[in-house]
Amino acid sequence: MGKIFFFAVLALVVVSGLIFAPAESKLAIHPMDQFIVQPLFGGDHVSWYTPTNVTLWMGLAVAAVFALLVLGSSRRAIVPGRTQSVAELAYGFIYKMVEDVAGKDGVKFFPYIMTLFMFIVMANFLGLIPMSFTTTSHIAVTAILAALVFFTVTIVGFVKNGAGFLGLFWVSSAPLALRPILAIIELISYFVRPVSHSIRLAGNVMAGHAVLKVFAGFAGALGLFSFLPIFAITAVYALEVLVAFIQAYVFTILTCVYLKDALHPSH
Amino acid sequence: MASNTQDAAHGAADAAHGSAPGMPQLDFSTFGNQIFWLVVALVVIYLILSRVALPRIAAVLAERQGTITNDLAAAEDLKAKAVEAENAYNKALADARAEAQRIAAETRAEIQAGLDEAIAKADEQIAAKAAESEEAIAEIKAGALEGVKAVATETAEALVTALSGSADKDAVAAAVAQRTKG
Repeated sequence: MGKIFFFAVLALVVVSGLIFAPAESKLAIHPMDQFIVQPLFGGDHVSWYTPTNVTLWMGLAVAAVFALLVLGSSRRAIVPGRTQSVAELAYGFIYKMVEDVAGKDGVKFFPYIMTLFMFIVMANFLGLIPMSFTTTSHIAVTAILAALVFFTVTIVGFVKNGAGFLGLFWVSSAPLALRPILAIIELISYFVRPVSHSIRLAGNVMAGHAVLKVFAGFAGALGLFSFLPIFAITAVYALEVLVAFIQAYVFTILTCVYLKDALHPSH
Repeated sequence: MASNTQDAAHGAADAAHGSAPGMPQLDFSTFGNQIFWLVVALVVIYLILSRVALPRIAAVLAERQGTITNDLAAAEDLKAKAVEAENAYNKALADARAEAQRIAAETRAEIQAGLDEAIAKADEQIAAKAAESEEAIAEIKAGALEGVKAVATETAEALVTALSGSADKDAVAAAVAQRTKG
């Protein structure tokens, strides 16, 4: 519900910005500017190898993963310190998720799923630092993540079960007459998975960050009453901290669910 | 400063795509860049995790599990030992108590025996003394009776002499004997 409200506010602001922008030059809100991909070392052209802010913040995410999981566990303490506890917590969290959702034979995909989770969660949290760039707010990034999952799951499904993987679309518990229709629906839903999988993550992250920027723009324009948008920013920021973790969690658990479908396609 | 560069970038982006406040997410010219660096980041994270981090954390967790199991086993062991020690202690205590009771009973019996012996001896001595005393008393009594007889005879002779002038010694003696007998 809260999300819908923020989307409404966002839409209102964008519309009002379009209408009143020429008259009210003070209210210069560019909520999408934070998502612009820029070269790090000047220049306008962005080719595939150019070091950009994407490179910087993905590198920071890699560094954060390294710091947490490698440096954090470097003491190999029997009684863990704070960082090691968090590292072990993350390990146990994802390991248990893979084991519970995808099953025992899903455990060999654990490093792969852990990679996805750690990257998304670190990118999301780094994106919450003011003035930072949020790599997971880009469809290009989340679409690749989702496509990786989609192709992995599809290939694993066919390799493991052969043509039996198609049983995923043939609902044997339904009446025979309904099965072809259900098969079409299942097939469509299967191919929509990567779309929803990617847009869910990018959309949530982008919307939250845009809303923050919109309120920040209000705070600049309202003068004495700027405490109102600042309070709103605080509230939205708290929500965004939750969203940063929950979206990483959702992405990971959906990956596990899809993997379960590939390993055990029977309905 | 930052906002200036952002504005400039914004202007540039606008110029590049000719859209007003468009979504940078839909700027396809940056997709190649993002995808390339994403793949690099994912590969690096995967290598870090699968080569170093995950085996290490798994080892630490397994080691901890092992330590906990060992500690629990050791605790179980120590507990059994403690129970054993307690049993041994209780047994020793009971033994000592029984021994003490035995010694006390023995001693009591010994003392009782000595006491009985001493009492018997004392009784014997007392009996002997009593017999001796009775004998002495009988002797003294007999002596006293003899004395009484003699004094009575003498007194009777003297009385008879005084009254009748002469006395038959034998008759007096017989009369006294007759009298003192009763």
